[in-house]
Amino acid sequence: MPSCLIVDDSKVVRMVARRILEDLSFGILEAEDGKRALTACLEKMPDVILLDWNMPVMNGIDFLRTLRNAENGEQPVVIFCTTENDMAHIREAISAGANEYIMKPFDRAIIEAKFSQVGVL
Amino acid sequence: MNSKDFQLFCDIVKSRSGLVLTEEKIYLLESRLVPLARRRGLENLAALADEVRRYNDERLLEEITEAMTTNETFFFRDTKPFDTFRDVVLPQLLSARAAKKSLRIWTAACSTGQEPYSLAMLLKEQAAKMAGWRVEIMATDISHEVLEKAKAGLYSQFEVQRGLPIQLLMKHFQQVGEMWQIDSSIRAMVKFQPKNLLEDLGNLGQFDVIFCRNVLIYFDQPTKSQVLTQVHNILAEDGALFLGGAETVLGICDSFKPVDGQRGVYTSVNGGLMAATG
Repeated sequence: MPSCLIVDDSKVVRMVARRILEDLSFGILEAEDGKRALTACLEKMPDVILLDWNMPVMNGIDFLRTLRNAENGEQPVVIFCTTENDMAHIREAISAGANEYIMKPFDRAIIEAKFSQVGVL
Repeated sequence: MNSKDFQLFCDIVKSRSGLVLTEEKIYLLESRLVPLARRRGLENLAALADEVRRYNDERLLEEITEAMTTNETFFFRDTKPFDTFRDVVLPQLLSARAAKKSLRIWTAACSTGQEPYSLAMLLKEQAAKMAGWRVEIMATDISHEVLEKAKAGLYSQFEVQRGLPIQLLMKHFQQVGEMWQIDSSIRAMVKFQPKNLLEDLGNLGQFDVIFCRNVLIYFDQPTKSQVLTQVHNILAEDGALFLGGAETVLGICDSFKPVDGQRGVYTSVNGGLMAATG
């Protein structure tokens, strides 16, 4: 079963994403900020990371840059999932190493489409 | 809705578009026609049916048909047909048309334009192989309303996230307020025009590739046969016909044969794509 780490400071968003992804047969891990997500990744790299941008302690873009420089940090597929819905943020995320980008709000169709595009579904 | 009104709407839609509505589609009819009735200041569908009987207004009949035939679409729908087009069909046609350097593609029932624009983006990505080629993408639909939206190439955040890879959004779209607009260079590659598939298709000219996906499923058997026969007449003998995943020519039209190993892709029995097996 592939694993997905959901990183978002909103409990509601994590719950909605968890429901969709469990239904798509992913094993789910959760983290509420970038720092906790890094700790989880260093313990065991997940297959996919669904990543919010604005979070306390460590935001999504700083997490991603740190992850991509870590040992085996190039492995997980990273999909941003954020309310930052402008081209400048999208370009910044992709150049920092994100594989895909979801603009909130999202639904099951969008999650399925994006996960298929990056080959994890 | 009473059965007489239901039958009236079904007859209008069937005779004008070929779309067959069965009783389990009452919910669809209500959800599409109630807003139309309200826009005309009518209270309900019974009042709309009365209006039709009383005036037989051509514009109203057209609006009813358009409301019922507008279907959902998205970029690179089902992915695989676009991979097949790029990896199997296009290389063969580039070789077969090397002297003429011209390709014509038709997307029938294009709705709001995601299918022809997907093809246009895909062809633009192949630009290095296609220098000097003249490619025409013709996109048609019965509904004038969806064609206006298609021509504008403006899509919501929701629409650009279903099927469109982020790299292509970055490359070919501009943000316009809360919407996303496909670049004028891609829009210029597609020619939109209204077309009812029940009418004569001969005046569209001949095509090398035809996308007619998720259209036939709404027709009855004689209408499917009629449309496929016409499609065959305007498809080059070594061209390719793409149908939807739930559609087939088998048992409906014997002028086509499936392309071996490529689900949903058909070619003429008279010639056919080189990869096709008879």
